[in-house]
Amino acid sequence: MTAETLIEVGDLRREYRLGEVTVPALQGVSLSIRRGEFVAVMGPSGSGKSTFMNLLGCLDRPSGGRYLLAGEDVGRCDADRLAAVRNRSIGFVFQSFNLLPRVTALENVELPLIYARVPAAERHRRARERLARVGLAERAGHLPRQLSGGQQQRVAIARALINDPPLILADEPTGALDSHTSLELMALFQELNAAGITIVLVTHEHDVAAFARRVIHFRDGRIVEDHPVQRPARAAEMLAGSSAPAPPSLIT
Amino acid sequence: MNLADTARSALRSLRANKLRSGLTTLGIIIGVAAVITMLAVGEGAKRTVQAQLKSLGSNTMIVFPGTITASGVRLGTGTRNTLTEGDARAISEEVPGVLAAGPGMRGTAQVVHGNLNWSTVVFGVTPEWLIAREWRVARGRGLDDNDLRTGAKVALVGQTVADMLFGGTDPTGQVIRVKNVPFEIVGLLAAKGQSFAGNDQDDIVLLPISTARSRVLGGGPGRSRTVGHISVKMADGVDMTEAEARVRQLLRQRHRLQPDQDDDFNIRNLSEVVEAEQAASGALSGLLAAVAGVSLLVGGIGIMNIMLVSVTERTREIGIRLAVGARSRDILTQFLTEAVILSLIGALAGVALGLGSAAALGHFAGWEIVLQPHAFVLAVASASIVGIFFGWWPARRAARLSPIDALRYE
Repeated sequence: MTAETLIEVGDLRREYRLGEVTVPALQGVSLSIRRGEFVAVMGPSGSGKSTFMNLLGCLDRPSGGRYLLAGEDVGRCDADRLAAVRNRSIGFVFQSFNLLPRVTALENVELPLIYARVPAAERHRRARERLARVGLAERAGHLPRQLSGGQQQRVAIARALINDPPLILADEPTGALDSHTSLELMALFQELNAAGITIVLVTHEHDVAAFARRVIHFRDGRIVEDHPVQRPARAAEMLAGSSAPAPPSLIT
Repeated sequence: MNLADTARSALRSLRANKLRSGLTTLGIIIGVAAVITMLAVGEGAKRTVQAQLKSLGSNTMIVFPGTITASGVRLGTGTRNTLTEGDARAISEEVPGVLAAGPGMRGTAQVVHGNLNWSTVVFGVTPEWLIAREWRVARGRGLDDNDLRTGAKVALVGQTVADMLFGGTDPTGQVIRVKNVPFEIVGLLAAKGQSFAGNDQDDIVLLPISTARSRVLGGGPGRSRTVGHISVKMADGVDMTEAEARVRQLLRQRHRLQPDQDDDFNIRNLSEVVEAEQAASGALSGLLAAVAGVSLLVGGIGIMNIMLVSVTERTREIGIRLAVGARSRDILTQFLTEAVILSLIGALAGVALGLGSAAALGHFAGWEIVLQPHAFVLAVASASIVGIFFGWWPARRAARLSPIDALRYE
C-alpha cells in the first residue's frame, strides 16, 4: 500500500438475512483507489454496487473482509467512530439530494459542522464560503423547496465539502436532473476532482461514467471489469460549446 | 451538538407542526393545571379543617361523669353526678402541664329580650372553662371570680343569640331573661362558626356556674357542688395520652375507687378527634393530588404517542443526520429535548391555567384556596420527569436506527 492509497478493500463481503434465507449482496470485492482518482461504479440493479457504496461510506458494516480508509481499519470501528469518519472524511451526494426540508440552504450546509461541535460563527463563515464555491452564495437563505433540483444538488455538494473530506461518494447524483443540469453538475465534480478530491460516483448512465477517469463494473456482487478511461469527456468544454449559457465560475 | 443548538433545532421541529405540538402539550397543560388546582384546594381544605379544630379547642380533654347501671340497664354519659368543682380544682392544681381546667353545666332554655325570644343552649361555666374552650370575648368583658362568688346575674352571649335577640346591635349592657331570671349581658363572644357535627357553636349563652346552678339549670343545695363536665386544656407540647392517664389516676383517688372498680367518669380526649380529622383532610389532599397525577400521566402518554409518530415520520431526516456524522446519542438527545421542551411548555401554560382555575374556584365556589410555592416546583419538576420518561423510548428508537435503513426509508 503506497502513501497515495485512499481506499484499500480486500475480499469485502456483505450478506443480508431475509428470514431464513441469506442473500449474498457482495461476494468478495478487492480493489484499491488512490487519492485524486475519479471512479465511476456501474452495473445493473442488484449487482451490488449500492451495497459497495454503502460500505465505502461507512453507512453499513461488512459481513467479512476488510476495508482501510486512509490507512484506518474502519471495518472494525465502533458506531461513534464511524460517525466521526462520516463526518470528517466522507462527503455524501445522493440521488434524492437528502436535504432537511425545513431549514435553509445555509443551515443544511452547516449540519455536519454542528456534529463536529464547531462554534456558530465559524459554521456560518465556512458554510457561506462553500455555498459560494458551488455558485449559490445568493441562495443561502432559501429553503430546499424554493430551489431547483440542480441547485438543491449543489447545496448537497456544498454540504459534502464542508469538512474538506478527502473522499466524496455520489450515489446517482444526476438521476433526478435533466441533461443540461447534469452536465453542469459533472463539470463541478470534475473541478473538485482537479482540486484533488477523490470522487467515487455510482451511475447506470454511460454518458455520466464517461466523465470519470476509471470505470468499475459490478455484476452479481463481484467486480467484472475495472478499466481506466483513456480520454475522459470534459464537461466544462461541452457546456461552453453548447448554446446554453455558461455556468458560473465554480472554483474561486 | 451543544445545548443551544439542540434546543433551537427542537423548537424548530415543534414549530413545524404547531397544531400537533399544541394538542400534545394540552395533555400536560391539563395535568399540571390539575395538580396545581388540586393542591391549592387540598391545602385550603386542610387549613379550613385546622381552623375548625382550633375553635374546638386543641390540647383539650373533657371529663364527663360516669353512667348509671341499674339492673343491667346502662344509661348514657353524665347520668351520675360524680364530678364536682373540687375535682376541677384538683386537676388544675395537681396534674402537671394543665393550662386551665374548668367545670361546666349544660342545659337549654328560652331566652327573652323585649318581645323577642330564642331557645338556646345555656352553660354555667367558670373563667377557667372559657380558657379551656378557647372562647374569646369580642365586646365587653368575660367572667371573673367575683361573679362566681357572688352569684352575679351576668351573661355572655354568642353571636347567633345576639343576632336573634338584638338584630346585630350591641347587646352588652342589655338585659335578657333566662327562665324568667334577668341577666345583664356583660360580654359578646367572638364567633366560632360551625362545629364538626354541624352545630352552631355561636348559639350559646354562658352564665357563672354558681348562678346557673341555683337559678337556671336547677339542682338544689344538696347537689350544689356537682358539675356536668370538666374541660381541661393542656399546655402545648404536653403528651395528651399521659395527661389523660394522670387525670384518670387523680380522679380515681379522689373518688376512692378500688382497683377492681370501673371508672365512674369518662374522659374524651379531643386530640384524638384532631388527629382523625387531620388524617382525613390529609387523605383528601392525597386523593386530589393522585387524581391530578393520573391526568399528568395521561398527558405523558400523549407525548410518547406523538413522539413515536414523529420519529417514524422523520426517519429520513434521522438518516441524513446520521450520514453527515451524528452519533446515536446526538439523535437521542435531539428527540429527548423535543419531548422535554413540549412538557416544559405544557408545564408553564399549565401553571398559568392552574392559577386561573384555582382563583376561579376560590372566587365562584367560595372554597378556601391556598397556593404554595412548592406546588409549582412539584408540578414543573414532574412535568419534566414525565417528558424525559415518556420521551425516552421514542428517542431511543430513533437513536437505534441504522443509517442505511433510515436513509432508505420512504
